[in-house]
Amino acid sequence: MSEYSAPWRHPEYRRGAREMVGISLGIAAWGLVTGVAMIKSGMGLGLALMMSLMVFAGTAQLAAVPLIAAGAPIWVVWATALCLNLRFVVFSAQWRPYFRHLPRRQRALLAYFTADLNYVLFMRRFPEGKPSPEQLPYFWGGVSVNAGSWHVASLLGIFLGNHVPTEWGLGFAGTMALLGMTYSLLSDRATWLPAVIAGAAAVAAFALPLKLNMLVAIAAAVAMGMAIDHSRPLRKRLMA
Amino acid sequence: METWEAVITILGLAGITLFTRGFFVLPNRELPIPEWLREGLRYAPIGALVAIVVPEIVMSQGQLISTWKDPRLFGAAAATAWFCWRRDMLGTILTGTAVMLMLKLGCGW
Repeated sequence: MSEYSAPWRHPEYRRGAREMVGISLGIAAWGLVTGVAMIKSGMGLGLALMMSLMVFAGTAQLAAVPLIAAGAPIWVVWATALCLNLRFVVFSAQWRPYFRHLPRRQRALLAYFTADLNYVLFMRRFPEGKPSPEQLPYFWGGVSVNAGSWHVASLLGIFLGNHVPTEWGLGFAGTMALLGMTYSLLSDRATWLPAVIAGAAAVAAFALPLKLNMLVAIAAAVAMGMAIDHSRPLRKRLMA
Repeated sequence: METWEAVITILGLAGITLFTRGFFVLPNRELPIPEWLREGLRYAPIGALVAIVVPEIVMSQGQLISTWKDPRLFGAAAATAWFCWRRDMLGTILTGTAVMLMLKLGCGW
């Protein structure tokens, strides 16, 4: 890092930003939908802005908004958000080897910005689990675009409010962004199988409260992946 | 909910974001994560993505959809075709969303 005191001067910063730009339209569509949901729930402008800028966790925000509007007890709102964010605990275990050598204050700042897509892109770029100097510039490049498009779109949603036609299903653009992301991770048949199993598990366990079906699906994918990695006959047949 | 209650709720939510995302990153001492689990977690991102995407495409109101005349299915198929052809993200998002909107608004599905 010594020769590049500012991360945005580093070529990896541009790379991180560029790789995030492709899916930023999907992120923005989601941010827009979240912004509209916040202001339509009757939450005042100040609170909506505060939530949008501080919480920075789309699914938790979308779930918390109707609860706050309905006057649910504070602990219920917090418990819901905690369950929805459990996947980040899983992700943080994988972030640790990249960040552990840094001071805690910097780790906290980095961790706050580790949203889903930053995680997916970063792990695709640096699968090794060892720190290297180009990682932080790459990370901040992705975060700039990810957080930037999210916040701009979310603020736009708050200010446009009822003028955004939500009945068009704009959130679908966000789903399509994740679909494209998924395909780019499916490198070989050894990743296809865990993905298919996870999809089936997510649908089968959909009735669980608090989107816990996501954790079931992650567990299914991890279990299937480990089974493939550790069973040579299975691996051979899949790769044949 | 009073305004001050909402403010506390939102501050708590921001805290939860930091707490969950930093769970294994923030502690100074090493938290034991077994090697086999660390290896298996390589498959967590794909599991998380699929878990969000699949229900969004094949379910509505908590039920598996029972008709093929759902604009989301065709949107997803078009996005898939685009990705296989060009491998670019922006085109995938635009194609999928455009096909879904055409069927939804144009054909009234």
